[in-house]
Amino acid sequence: MRVPLRWLETMVPLPEDVEALAHRLTLAGLEVTNIERTGGDWDRVVVGRVLEVQPHPDADRLRLVTVDRGGERQTVVCGASNVAAGQDIAFAPEGAMLTDPRTGDLRKLKKSRIRGVVSGGMVCSEAELGLSAEHEGILVLDTGRPPGTPLRDVLGDRVYVFDLTPNRADALSVLGVAREVAALTGAPLTPPDVSTPRPGPGIEGRASVEIADPDLCRRFTLALIEDVEIAPSPAWMQERLTAAGMRPINNLVDITNYVMLELGQPVHAFDYDTVRDRHIIVRRAAAGETLTTLDGKTHELSPERLVIADPGGAIALAGVMGGLETEITDSTRNILLEVANFEPASVRRTARAFDLLSDAARRFAWGLPPELPPVASARVCRLLAEYAGGRVAEGMVDSWPVREPGVRIRLRRSRIPQVLGMEIPPPAVRAALDGLGFEVEEDEETLEVGVPYWRRDVRVPDDLVEEVARIAGYDDLPAAPLGGAIPHHPPIPARDLRERVRDLAAEAALYEVQTYSLLSDADLRAVTPPELRDAPLLKVRNPLGEARDTLRTSLRPGVLRAAARNLARGARAVRLFEVGKSYHAAPGSDDGRPEEREAALGLIVGSRVDRFGSPTEEGLDFFDAKATLEHVLAGLRVSPGFRPAAAFGLLEGRTAEVSVDGRAVGVLGQVHPDAAAVFGVGQDAFLWELDLTALLEAAPRMTEPKAAVPLPRHPSAIEDFALLVGPDVLAQDLVREALGHPLVVEARVFDDYLLDASAAPGGARRSLGISVRYQARNRTLNDNDIAKVRRTILKRLKANHGAVVRERA
Amino acid sequence: MTVANPDSLLAPEEVAHAIAALEGLTGERDVDAWRTEHLGRKSRLMLSLRALGGIDRSRRAAVGRLLNEAKTRLGEALAAKQAALKARRTLDLAALDVSLPGRPLPAGGLHPITRTERAVVAAFASMGFHVIEGPEVELEYYNFEALRIPADHPARDAMDTFYLDGPDGAAPLLLRTHTSPNQIRYMERHEPPIRLIAPGRTYRNEATDATHEWMITQTEVLAVDRGLTLAHLKGTLYEFARHLFGEDREIRFRCDYFPFVEPGVEVSISSPDGWIEILGAGMVHPEILANMGYDPEIHTGFAAGLGVERIAMLRHGIRDIRRFYENDLRFLRQF
Repeated sequence: MRVPLRWLETMVPLPEDVEALAHRLTLAGLEVTNIERTGGDWDRVVVGRVLEVQPHPDADRLRLVTVDRGGERQTVVCGASNVAAGQDIAFAPEGAMLTDPRTGDLRKLKKSRIRGVVSGGMVCSEAELGLSAEHEGILVLDTGRPPGTPLRDVLGDRVYVFDLTPNRADALSVLGVAREVAALTGAPLTPPDVSTPRPGPGIEGRASVEIADPDLCRRFTLALIEDVEIAPSPAWMQERLTAAGMRPINNLVDITNYVMLELGQPVHAFDYDTVRDRHIIVRRAAAGETLTTLDGKTHELSPERLVIADPGGAIALAGVMGGLETEITDSTRNILLEVANFEPASVRRTARAFDLLSDAARRFAWGLPPELPPVASARVCRLLAEYAGGRVAEGMVDSWPVREPGVRIRLRRSRIPQVLGMEIPPPAVRAALDGLGFEVEEDEETLEVGVPYWRRDVRVPDDLVEEVARIAGYDDLPAAPLGGAIPHHPPIPARDLRERVRDLAAEAALYEVQTYSLLSDADLRAVTPPELRDAPLLKVRNPLGEARDTLRTSLRPGVLRAAARNLARGARAVRLFEVGKSYHAAPGSDDGRPEEREAALGLIVGSRVDRFGSPTEEGLDFFDAKATLEHVLAGLRVSPGFRPAAAFGLLEGRTAEVSVDGRAVGVLGQVHPDAAAVFGVGQDAFLWELDLTALLEAAPRMTEPKAAVPLPRHPSAIEDFALLVGPDVLAQDLVREALGHPLVVEARVFDDYLLDASAAPGGARRSLGISVRYQARNRTLNDNDIAKVRRTILKRLKANHGAVVRERA
Repeated sequence: MTVANPDSLLAPEEVAHAIAALEGLTGERDVDAWRTEHLGRKSRLMLSLRALGGIDRSRRAAVGRLLNEAKTRLGEALAAKQAALKARRTLDLAALDVSLPGRPLPAGGLHPITRTERAVVAAFASMGFHVIEGPEVELEYYNFEALRIPADHPARDAMDTFYLDGPDGAAPLLLRTHTSPNQIRYMERHEPPIRLIAPGRTYRNEATDATHEWMITQTEVLAVDRGLTLAHLKGTLYEFARHLFGEDREIRFRCDYFPFVEPGVEVSISSPDGWIEILGAGMVHPEILANMGYDPEIHTGFAAGLGVERIAMLRHGIRDIRRFYENDLRFLRQF
């Protein structure tokens, strides 16, 4: 909301330093986001008086105007026809910055020769001063200030631009801001004059109202103003409206807008003579009823909408917009003035439904007091009488079916320090409340406070505490340290796991990305196996766009797209991970909410680097990706199993299911080139995915501290075996077989190659080197012990895996 | 095996001669051969030493002394020679260009939002707050109604909401617009004292620009206990600001409005560029405490909600909030 200071000043004296005042208002909760100047800077432009007007010797349409610019005379050339001796005008000397009416740009006024006469200044139009588009004639001033007075002292204004919070409907008005200023500065408040001059014949019997739905309309008043004359509104009103951001139209429209800005109460003027039977009905719309609003649009209504109707049908959308049929026109003579109070939620719903969030609708939606309509009505009547020649009918039609009692709050004094943690001296408490218009009766212990009708946000004692605190200011509030017992901290294993995975993945040289939770339907389908595509996706009803309309069921699209973007920007090796939620419809859940699962994904794509970090021809591969996954899992102290598997979107033969204690917890594999291409990745990409929720179930104690194992006190012995194995044997199974013996403490692969066909006549051509360490906890193993273990292991390897020793390495 | 006659051996001249021969040698191999010849197991010296026992007792001491002296001299000469050779070996190696880069280790790192969220959590953890988490897909009740934001309340204008269709017949769901639902979910099930911090993603259906993002990471802070006041909120946030931004920071409150607190404040911290707004906060509204079954005359509480992106932008001097979710490695590698 914009509040021009010249307007504000009519109700409360302002201090010299308006920036300091803006700051105080902001601290007190009425945030001034900007202080604007209207009408440009007008550096060097002054009030001048036209002393003489002579014809130009060489041009019929130009004149030579002699101006008193403040103790100095100057003659300039002027093209305006309305210039006349005796006028006060805005005079711009050479060098002043003026607005070019054609381009709107600022330019410096230069001395020029016009048809042979040198002109060193200009008598300005409104357009040249940046006040309006008017540049037909010069601006004639009526300021009473002597020539030479800087123009910015008489014209133009500063405007507070507020960003208000929706509890303060009262502050959506010049009067509301003035009240706040008065409370903060202690200056006296002068509310606008609402007395009615010269009332005409009474309204009684000439207009009536019926509120059919009092739940949606709390109060409705009608006033009648006859014989108005439509004309431009006075200049001061136009200036204030313009500065407040409203376009002046004519005196009737301007006055209704003016009062809304001044008092915060929207008002609506009907053409009295178009209202059938002069009878207003405030009711819910009938289903299918239509109304054409002022903007020319026709709306189909439903009983959700409150309308103002006459016996012939709806004539306005209550609180939102008037109807075209009863609109004020140039031929309007008599005005029926509606000033009413509507239920805020209903107005907000209607305004949003029809996308008509007008200034009026916003004020109603924020909640206005039902006490305000007669005040605003009287103010409009007064201004119409004064500036539109209207005759105000005596009295007012006023329907106020349910009158709320005034709000009184009992505030214990001790509550103030109980909430704030600081004392506010009783006189300061009293001063703050008095200044804001609260009625206070107090004793030692308590304050009995009557809330002024315009403060509908103040309802409980703590609201009063805030009122007192914000006027006193929070600057003296001490910073108190927390004391007392620290509440119990139950662990959150899911979070511990997630954060641990992040650390481990970063240690494994992956960079963390965070991608959006909302993706496109198409991206998600591209990573969903066909058999699961019937599962309902979680769609946003009102998305920002198609690319962001579905909650992700997988991290894959986001990370692949992030990789693609980095590759497109020239990255040669992209190693990324994300840890985050995926969302899955859970129709059977208690409250209908979906399941939010924790997932992690690592992705590697690009080239390996050489000794100097330059990319090589060699690409990162499956085992680079596996290394990062193994690092993560080892850090979690779980022993994963890897089995060949088929997984949607991954290449067969290069995909493993990852399991812990026999439970599947994820996949590892090369991204299928077609799947990678969907997301713009054109190189071999390898990824792993972990379902952290499943991992936590599989190994619930993984994030707990692990018990230490004493170091061995007896020496170990190492033996290497070269084993010939068939094509389907998994190295992991041989290692596990060896580890199955209680005296084997370590077993690992150290070699893997294919023999020439000639060297392996039996068919088994794969040679796997397995290194085994023997150790006992309680003694040193001798040769016989080791021979016994070796025999057992080799027997099992042969029996269970068909692996035979090729040679003793 | 020949048994040498110790008498016939190793006149001092002979020892001097052997040492002179050693001086002239340059190769390690030659020095090894010299050692074998003069000090090896089968050298005359060693054989003579071993034969000492067989000679006349009256001369044994004198001969023995002579032989041991010879052994010492030869041994010292050899040690000196070997040290000299070793020193030269070192010097002969080509010097390294120590300014060359080390062999590259691949690097990784945490996202700045993760880092900042952890810093925020750590700051509050140091004051006894513990982390809780809640769902991102919420019910209207927790996101709005229980927080005193009924349907069609104008405060909803500032929280444009993404709605989802719930399962058939169920209430519509929404993506939480703030982390404040965690307050209600926790208070419903726990009694004071409470000190919690609840980080997580939140969503607003609004256009993005350099300072607005439709998905942001928020952190809720809630404390409920006997005797908590707005001054405790200030003390807590003051400590938080010092943790994250350094010692000489100050905290300023100004009046603001959030329906679920009373009084409500906007909190700024001092910086070399002036006051910077970092979060909204206030005292938990007494009506909410009462709805949770607490007595607001006994238990009071404060709550705050801060944007992790905003804190990260301030800590790292990031000017455009959209950088966080573009995931450009050139950006991610900077932290």
